Amino acid sequence: MAALTDLSLAAMKAGLAAKQFSARELVSAHVTAVEAARPLNAFTVETPDHALAAADAADAAIAAGTAGLLAGIPMGIKDLFCTKGVETTACSNILKGFRPTYDSTVTANLFAAGAAMLGKLNLDEFAMGSSNETSAFGPVISPWRAEGSTAKLVPGGSSGGSSAAVAARLCAAATGTDTGGSIRQPAAFTGIAGIKPTYGRCSRWGVIAFASSLDQAGVLARDVTDCALVLEAMAGFDPKDSTSLNEPVPHYAGGLTGSLKGKRIGIPKEYRVDGMDPLLVKLWEDGVAWARDAGAEIVEVSLPHTKEALPTYYIVAPAEASSNLARYDGVRYGLRVAPEGGNLADMYGATRAAGFGAEVKRRIMIGTYVLSAGYYDAYYLKAQKVRALIAQDFERAWESCDLLLTPTAPTGAFELGSKSADPLAMYLNDVFTVPASLAGVPAMSIPAGLDAQGLPLGLQLIGRPLDEMGVLDAAFALEQRAGFKAAPARWW
Amino acid sequence: MAVDDKMVQRVAGLARLTLSAEEVPHLTAELNNILGWIDQLQAVETGNVQPMTAVIPLKRDWRADVVTDGDIQADVLANAPEARHGFFAVPKVIE
Repeated sequence: MAALTDLSLAAMKAGLAAKQFSARELVSAHVTAVEAARPLNAFTVETPDHALAAADAADAAIAAGTAGLLAGIPMGIKDLFCTKGVETTACSNILKGFRPTYDSTVTANLFAAGAAMLGKLNLDEFAMGSSNETSAFGPVISPWRAEGSTAKLVPGGSSGGSSAAVAARLCAAATGTDTGGSIRQPAAFTGIAGIKPTYGRCSRWGVIAFASSLDQAGVLARDVTDCALVLEAMAGFDPKDSTSLNEPVPHYAGGLTGSLKGKRIGIPKEYRVDGMDPLLVKLWEDGVAWARDAGAEIVEVSLPHTKEALPTYYIVAPAEASSNLARYDGVRYGLRVAPEGGNLADMYGATRAAGFGAEVKRRIMIGTYVLSAGYYDAYYLKAQKVRALIAQDFERAWESCDLLLTPTAPTGAFELGSKSADPLAMYLNDVFTVPASLAGVPAMSIPAGLDAQGLPLGLQLIGRPLDEMGVLDAAFALEQRAGFKAAPARWW
Repeated sequence: MAVDDKMVQRVAGLARLTLSAEEVPHLTAELNNILGWIDQLQAVETGNVQPMTAVIPLKRDWRADVVTDGDIQADVLANAPEARHGFFAVPKVIE
């Protein structure tokens, strides 16, 4: 039998149900893997006690026939989700030592389904980044290496701890959050699957806010079936989140057919950008062929405002962030720096200066500027209008197709430090993922092939609002035809 | 639209961020680089477009106007850098 850490989540469920191994054995194997993988810096806190207690509860539930959907499944939790009694920092110095007295709705749902939390996962500070290099806990190192090289690569971001941990076989699945691509881009960089559901599908309650009109929780896992299983447990209406959608959650994994008969898949011409890796272009063409083979009709569509999505995002997201991050002022939680003899305003300024990193400060400054008197109409209001046009592009596309197929990111993973000096170059990583975030529609990345250096490349499927089932099923059809089996060789 | 050091200082004041003298010119250059790139939006025709205010149109249900939570003073104060007599404590505000 394969090592327990090599099993997919679905195979773990089957093995537990058939009593081939106990949840304690399964979780213990993962606790050991997490400890051995500390050079990756994927976890900020390890919680083996939590994981083993959940494993024992799962073994009892399995024996009693009352096991939940994720009973005994070892998972990692992005450190943006509040976890009761376990340090939650958003990987910012301003929240070091913060121990929530409650669980986020998403983690509460997962724990109620029986999931075993191995620990909290590293991310870009307040989820602001595309490479996991802005974390106050230091960067995450991707388990992948380019062929013939030992250079350190980024795991993508902001859910870089999540992507690295799943790709390195440290956990079966991990939670992520996606504001402009923070689930899909890291999934693509590490050869795993990741889904951002419709805005409002998963509760934002207890998830540390970055940009509230964009933030959405989702899953990173090894394959489409595993994503479907976890999403079903996470999603659902929550009266505590005023933007939560009161819609029934389908039994996603049971709905995967792998057939695209009767489906029309749109190829947006604006996603063909200059300087794209020729292998990525080829892979996109392969994806079209796989979709056709699965029975889909392929149609060319146009999303005319694609080019404006990134600049729109870099107004809307920082504006919301500057407002959301106003709460970190040294009064209610986290860091306090009170200069000797200073007043309250001095304390606010000094606390925030010491607690926030460079990228967070940059975005607070942009956000405050575009919301300030005299500039609001020119920047923020303008961006809200262009955002409406971007959403209309998608609505028009749905008149001629059911799903869109695009690359996830313009390139594969890059070396640590190679883009940190140029914020704009870093922002361009999200060119294909940001439009779906602005429109609030569900989107997913699946691993589809390798670049010239042997590093993973992803394809993205985008669907209509609330059609996670359609996105997952199309991804499943492509996954079957892509036959992606590559995994990083262990060096840590 | 370009910003200068003075504007950066003003925005930092609004954002309650104390900046060091070295940080200011650095941030001014970075913000101008980003704002210059963002300015391409001005070319998009948005004359008759309503600004987007909700991603998914929602009609919220009413609920009874009753207390649903509370009596958790210790939880609320548990993470405070300084709490006294059941309140958050801050440096003196009134001289």
